[in-house]
Amino acid sequence: MKRLRIALSAVWGFVVGDDWRTAAGVAIALGLTAIVAALGVSAWWVMPVAVVLLLWRSLAGALPGTGSSSHR
Amino acid sequence: MSGAEWGLAASVFLACSVEAVEALTIVMALGTTRSWSSALSGVGAAAVALAAIVAALGPALSALPIGVLRVVVGGLLLIFGLQWLRKAILRAAGLKALKSEQEEFEEQRRAAEVAVRGGAGLDGYSFVLSFKGVLLEGLEVVFIVLTFGANQHRVGLAAIAAGVAVLLVILLGVAARAPLARVPENSMKFAVGVMLTSFGMFWGGEGAGASWPGSDAALLVIVPAVLALSVATVAALRRGARPAQATASLPEATASPLAEQAAREVAVDRNLLTVEQSAVDRA
Repeated sequence: MKRLRIALSAVWGFVVGDDWRTAAGVAIALGLTAIVAALGVSAWWVMPVAVVLLLWRSLAGALPGTGSSSHR
Repeated sequence: MSGAEWGLAASVFLACSVEAVEALTIVMALGTTRSWSSALSGVGAAAVALAAIVAALGPALSALPIGVLRVVVGGLLLIFGLQWLRKAILRAAGLKALKSEQEEFEEQRRAAEVAVRGGAGLDGYSFVLSFKGVLLEGLEVVFIVLTFGANQHRVGLAAIAAGVAVLLVILLGVAARAPLARVPENSMKFAVGVMLTSFGMFWGGEGAGASWPGSDAALLVIVPAVLALSVATVAALRRGARPAQATASLPEATASPLAEQAAREVAVDRNLLTVEQSAVDRA
């Protein structure tokens, strides 16, 4: 059990890294793209908009007063 | 080769070069201060472990439907890419200390010199650290090769690009007999962040059902656009803060809140290094 927890923790660290919000944002953006595409509307624009927002949010989180860390 | 294939090869080459430089620094520090045979044994063991991982993961990835593969791989590349890009932008803007292989080498060498030595035979410290370093950096290489390659059904091309990168770094390291301090690592990381983010956005979107205007040719717009966004962000951040590379040693630089944050980050990095080293020493 302990080994499984260590393994899962290592996978989490490798995949998600130090910013789970970015990972969650990417998942949401992909889901949104799928929904928009399923509605028959052009969906390519969702990912670029998401990337701009996620990058800026991630950078803002690394600036003072946010309590966020980025030391991975 | 198509534009997308050139992009794939360049991305894999750059990313793998960066990882290889980092692994080489660790191995060289251990080899020169303690035991080349033990450090190289660690490299060999890590190579075997990586080969096993490739053998297990490669066929599994190839068996996935292309749509699922692109969503998963695109999403992962995007997560990796955005994190690389964030750090690269902060470094380029002077808000995070630049990474220096020479400093990393000296740090590793000092730690290796003071670590407890065993008797004759295999040096456990060199073996374990070398194994761990090569395995962790190698895992990223494996991930990049398999994901980029499987997505475009060009695993062979990705593997060749990775192999050339690793070989080149080893040859340069052997020729220089020193850490590759002159390799523009920070610029390469910036480029890799741009590429991972671009390919991740493209494949993730496509896998989720989006159709990019111009199909694969959209990458010729996406990559420069991500680059332009990143460069513009660096410029905007630079205007808002003074360079922070020196904040760790220059007290007056901590007058700015941004510089204070950068100084805290450097301190956290150092604490982490110390804690990691203590753990290794205890082991």
